[in-house]
Amino acid sequence: MSTRSGLRAAVAIALAFGSGVAFAQGPNLGTPVSPADIAAWDISIRPDGSGLPSGSGTPAQGAPIYAQKCAACHGANGKGGLNAALVGGQPLANGIETTKTIANFWPYPTTLFDFTRRAMPFPKPRTLTNEEVYALTAYILRLNNLIGENDVMNANTLAKVRMPNRDGFIIRFPDKMP
Amino acid sequence: MPSSRSTRRRENLEAVAGNGLLDRRSLLRGGAAFAAAMTGYVLSDSAAAQQLADDPWSAATGSLLTDYEVPARFEKRVARTLSNPKGEARTSHARTPHHLLNGTITPNGLHFIISHSGNPDIDPDKHRLVIHGLVQRPLVFTVDALMRYPMVSRMAFVECGGNGALLASKEPLNVNVQALHGLVSCAEWTGVMLSTLLGETGIDPKAKWLIAEGADSLAVSRSVPMSKALDDAMIALYQNGERLMPGNGYPMRLLLPGWEGNMNIKYLRRLELADAPAMSFYESRTYAQILPGGKAYQFYFLQEVKSFISHPSPGLKLSGPGLYEISGVAYSGNGRISKVMVSADGGKTWAPAALQEPVNPKAFTRFRAPWRWDGGPAILQSRAWDEAGNAQPTRAEIIARRGETTTIPNVLAFPSQHYNTLTSWGVERSGEVKHVYA
Repeated sequence: MSTRSGLRAAVAIALAFGSGVAFAQGPNLGTPVSPADIAAWDISIRPDGSGLPSGSGTPAQGAPIYAQKCAACHGANGKGGLNAALVGGQPLANGIETTKTIANFWPYPTTLFDFTRRAMPFPKPRTLTNEEVYALTAYILRLNNLIGENDVMNANTLAKVRMPNRDGFIIRFPDKMP
Repeated sequence: MPSSRSTRRRENLEAVAGNGLLDRRSLLRGGAAFAAAMTGYVLSDSAAAQQLADDPWSAATGSLLTDYEVPARFEKRVARTLSNPKGEARTSHARTPHHLLNGTITPNGLHFIISHSGNPDIDPDKHRLVIHGLVQRPLVFTVDALMRYPMVSRMAFVECGGNGALLASKEPLNVNVQALHGLVSCAEWTGVMLSTLLGETGIDPKAKWLIAEGADSLAVSRSVPMSKALDDAMIALYQNGERLMPGNGYPMRLLLPGWEGNMNIKYLRRLELADAPAMSFYESRTYAQILPGGKAYQFYFLQEVKSFISHPSPGLKLSGPGLYEISGVAYSGNGRISKVMVSADGGKTWAPAALQEPVNPKAFTRFRAPWRWDGGPAILQSRAWDEAGNAQPTRAEIIARRGETTTIPNVLAFPSQHYNTLTSWGVERSGEVKHVYA
C-alpha cells in the first residue's frame, strides 16, 4: 500500500507540475512510440468530431455498399434480419425493454462512424475504407430521415447532425457516484 | 448457571425470525450437533443405508496423475450454460453455476464470460499495450516488460451490467440462479497497477478520461474516468494464480474493481488519455438503461450492493423437513459488505446471516444462516448492506425508481441493467424450489 500511495503521490506531482520525468519506483520498460506508429490503432472518434479522418460520402454512395456488405445481417434497407434493424424504432416511453435503435436512442452520430469502422462488417472488421464508412454512415442517417438526400458526410458535417435522443439521458457520473 | 447456559444455547437453535430461521451463532457453537441435524439437498437419488464394504477404488491403485487436473468425472454437470453455442453472429454468454459452487472464488474454467465476437487467439509475445493521448510520453509495453513490474494481488468480483436483469420482468420467470445471476464471478487478480504505468508516461493535466480498447475483432472500447484509473485500476495478468483465461482477456485485461464488467476491457491493447469520453457504442447505446417515461441513464458505472441465495435454489431439491444452511454471496462496488439479512417468510421477518471472513472490499462475501424447514411453503430472500451505508433495494423500491417490463422477456434478454434487487426463492411442500416474487 505504501508503494501504491507513493506512486499515487508521484502521479499527483506529475499532474501538478506537468512533469514527464519517469519515477524511481518504475522499471521504465516502456518503449517511446510516435503518433505515426500508433495511427493504425488510433481509431476513437469523439462526439465533437475529433478523430474523424479525411474523406466523405453520400447516402447514394452508401446504398450499393450497404447492399453488398451489410444487408445479409441487417436486412434490405436496414429493416433488420439476423441482426439489429438500423432504421426506425418505437418511442422509449413504451417501456424499459424498448429496443434501442439509432433513431430512438443513439445520442451522437459520431458513434455510428466509430462503430461501423471498428467493428463492421462483423466477419471482416476494419476492412472498409474511410470513404465507405462515410457513405454507409450517410446512407443509414438518411434511412432514418436524419439528414437530407444530398447531404455529404465528412469530418466537418458529421458531428453537426443532431440525433433525436441527444438530450434523453440522465448522466450518473460523476454526480451520482461516490 | 451451567444449566441456564445450556438452555440458552438450545434456545439459540430456536427461531430468531419467522418460518424457522435460526440464530446464525449456532453455526459456530455446537457445530457438531448442528451438522448432525443437517438435512441435505437432493440432486440424485440418495443411496439407502447399507452395510459398509470396500468399493473397487479402494481395492486397487488409482489412476495416473495428470499435468493439469480437471474435476472428477462425476462433476461434469458443474458447467457454465452457453447462450450461443453455435457461435452465431451475435454476443455469447457463459454463465457461472452458483448453485453448484461454494465459498467465494469462482474457478477459472467457470468464470462468466461475455464475448461480442469470440475469444481472440492472442500470441502474448506479439501483444502490445500502448498508452498515448494526453500523456507526457507515449509508451508501448510488451507482456514480458509488464511481467517485470511490481505487482499487486486483490480479490474482486466482475459483474455484467445486465446480470440479474430478468428481475425487471413484470412476472417471475421460471429460471434458476445460474440464468438469473450467472454473469457475476469473483477471482483473485494479480497485475500491475495502472497508476504505476501512468507514472512513467506522465499525465497531461487536461486528461479527464481514459479510452480503453481491446485487441478483439470488434476492438471493444469504453471510456473510464481518470479518477478510477488512478484509484484502483489494474492491468491484470493473472487470475486465481494462473494467467488469464482466454475468455477473460488473455494476455491482459483492465480490471476496474466494482465497476461494470464491460468496462474491464479484455485483450487490452490501447489506453488513450483524453479530455472527454468517446461515447463509444457500448457506453452510449448498450450499457445505458431506459427508465420509466423514456429517459435513460448514461455512465452508470458502479455495480451496487447486491446478494442472492445460492443454497437452496432452483434445481437443489430439499430432501425433507429439518435443518438446512441457507447460503449465498453478497458484494458491492462501494466496498465491503457490512450486513446480510435473510428471510424465510417472504420478507415479513428477518434474521442476520453470518459473514464468512475475510470480508474483502469489492469481492464476494459468503453469507450463511441456519434454517429449520418445517416442510411447509417458505419464501427465502437475502438482503445486503455495504460499508458505505447502501441497502440492496427491495422489489418495490427498485420498481419505483427503475420500472419493470410491460411484456414478458425472453430468458436470454436484458430488459434492464444494474437491477440489483432481492431474489426470492419459493420452497414448495415437495421440496422443489422456484423463482417467485414476494
